[in-house]
Amino acid sequence: MFGHRISRSGSAIVKQLAREGYKSTYGRRNLQRSYGHYLPSLPMVQTRTSQEAFFLKNHRFYTASASTPEEGDEETEKITIIFVDKDGEEIPVKVPIGMSVLEAAHENDIDLEGACEASLACSTCHVIVMDTEYYNKLEEPTDEENDMLDLAFGLTETSRLGCQVIASPELDGVHLAIPSATRNFAVDGFVPKPH
Amino acid sequence: MSRRYLARYLVSRYFSSSVSSRPLHVCIVGSGPAGFYTADKLLKAHEGARIDIIDRLPTPFGLVRSGVAPDHPETKIAINQFSRVAQHERCSFYGNVKLGSDLLLSELRDLYHVVVLAHGAESDKDLGIPGETLSGIYSAREFVWWYNGHPDYSSLKPDLKSSDTAVILGQGNVALDVARILLRPTTELASTDIARHALSALEESSIRKVFLVGRRGPVQAALTAKELREVLGIKNMHIRIKETDLSVTPADEVEMKNSRIRKRIYELLSKAAAAAGTSESDPDQRELHFVFFRQPDRFLESNERKGHVSGVNLEKTILESAGSGKQLAVGTGEFEDLNCSLVLKAIGYKSVPINGLPFDHKKGVVPNVRGRVVSQTLESLSQTEPGLYVCGWLKRGPVGIIATNLYCAEETVGSISEDIEEGVFKSSKEGSKGLMQLLEKREVKKVDYSGWEKIDAKEKQMGTERNKPREKLVTWEDLLAAAAAN
Repeated sequence: MFGHRISRSGSAIVKQLAREGYKSTYGRRNLQRSYGHYLPSLPMVQTRTSQEAFFLKNHRFYTASASTPEEGDEETEKITIIFVDKDGEEIPVKVPIGMSVLEAAHENDIDLEGACEASLACSTCHVIVMDTEYYNKLEEPTDEENDMLDLAFGLTETSRLGCQVIASPELDGVHLAIPSATRNFAVDGFVPKPH
Repeated sequence: MSRRYLARYLVSRYFSSSVSSRPLHVCIVGSGPAGFYTADKLLKAHEGARIDIIDRLPTPFGLVRSGVAPDHPETKIAINQFSRVAQHERCSFYGNVKLGSDLLLSELRDLYHVVVLAHGAESDKDLGIPGETLSGIYSAREFVWWYNGHPDYSSLKPDLKSSDTAVILGQGNVALDVARILLRPTTELASTDIARHALSALEESSIRKVFLVGRRGPVQAALTAKELREVLGIKNMHIRIKETDLSVTPADEVEMKNSRIRKRIYELLSKAAAAAGTSESDPDQRELHFVFFRQPDRFLESNERKGHVSGVNLEKTILESAGSGKQLAVGTGEFEDLNCSLVLKAIGYKSVPINGLPFDHKKGVVPNVRGRVVSQTLESLSQTEPGLYVCGWLKRGPVGIIATNLYCAEETVGSISEDIEEGVFKSSKEGSKGLMQLLEKREVKKVDYSGWEKIDAKEKQMGTERNKPREKLVTWEDLLAAAAAN
């Protein structure tokens, strides 16, 4: 199902990656992205405490539950992300906008490791975006993320680190596969390109 | 797709829960990433699993503690997850317990249903060239264990004062680690968890030039992008790369086309060579030289200090195709000397065979099929040892990163789970209880997790006194004393 989509857009992706993803800006120091630019997309009606909680949540990456029982909660937009585990089972979860995929996985007991706790020092939160249209909607990886992806197990052309992918409205309905050692990822014709 | 996998998933869940009432006794030998990821996955997959992790050191975490460089603290964050596993109610850690000395593999197999060997690679590849035993030549592993406070290497006392030059053979990430530690301003190292004896030695070091020597070219260099970017960005560190070394052959182009990481490394090195501008003659400046297409032929002995290394004799190489895109270095018969007072061999680790265990000396691994240890191979059919498994470097060879063990453990645990379903583990075993009796009988001073917590607390407390995350205890006596303190 996904295979032919990949091959159609495959060369376009490679060209795009070659153009943008591989440019070296060595000396750049920002290891972590600032998520300040996601805050304005939230409804402005929020209590101060829920704003604080939200701010802290996105700057520490490992926090308490997504549903803080405060006034702003009903207005926090959520999207649906569907994790696909190693047995092919689809697990849809509701993720508040601004939360990282890694955090979302942990909050829903999805088995996605985050060894370095979002410090861009490992590749254990590697996820495969199963639809290239969704992959293209993401901002391209930074050099630092690409460096870690270089080493990721089962790397594909639509691979990303879960700690760097942030839930936004355009990602509603995205399927993210978790790589597995015990299953070759030839799901519905989806064949990862060798690296 | 989903239906078939879903059915299998439900069946395997049913089986594992139906045997969960009977405990599955597991012993994991080695408490590095391979050991801990194996424990983590076993605990999640089997409610009946009771796991003991043993390690010959009093401290857990393997190379995360003793291998990761002091200036890479983010890489050590993985310890948090491992600590949670060690504190799981169905898991226990016992340090200062050595397989082969304190107990035998056969005794472990009698006590436990499942034994997983995950003790990695504690030795080194040899070059096998003349002069290799001269003093001043160390394996990178020894040097790394020295600056990371491993209790077996605290008294290494490498000579850092006899010249301004060190030669590192190899261009992988370990080579970069040791180069960085040799050249970084010690003011920066002073606030890391580097061992005190190493910091003192480095503060008095006269090493200012480090040569990273590789047999092949920049396209084949084994280092990875993050580490390369890091050295290229260190202030006041001058990188030297010969432009002529950067010319690529068609075979190189093919290698880069097939590997995104090779291409990115080559581009970074090219940029670095272009940017390496004027050579200022500041006597204190630090230089990192990338030397390509040179293989060591022999080590040179000093005339003034007998028995000590004074340089390396290098042979120029060219690359020849070895089939399937691989290129190998071949000597050209042209030689040159590189003078130095310190040589670090960063050419790869090697596992140490265990008595009674089959071992593939060529690959340096315990022969296995997806983690199940192979006892013998008759007519190309492998017969596996029931209840004996491997994970990590002992299984795959000394390659990969911490994360590689995540998938390695998944595979090994997958094999264990299959064997559980097949009913391989029917007999009852004593497990932990038996281990405790055995260790007590032999008067082994085991260090349990609370003992490690005492070591941890002491190191952190000593660290705060010096503005370091921790001040490591570096001798066996100090470690065992701290673990036993009240």
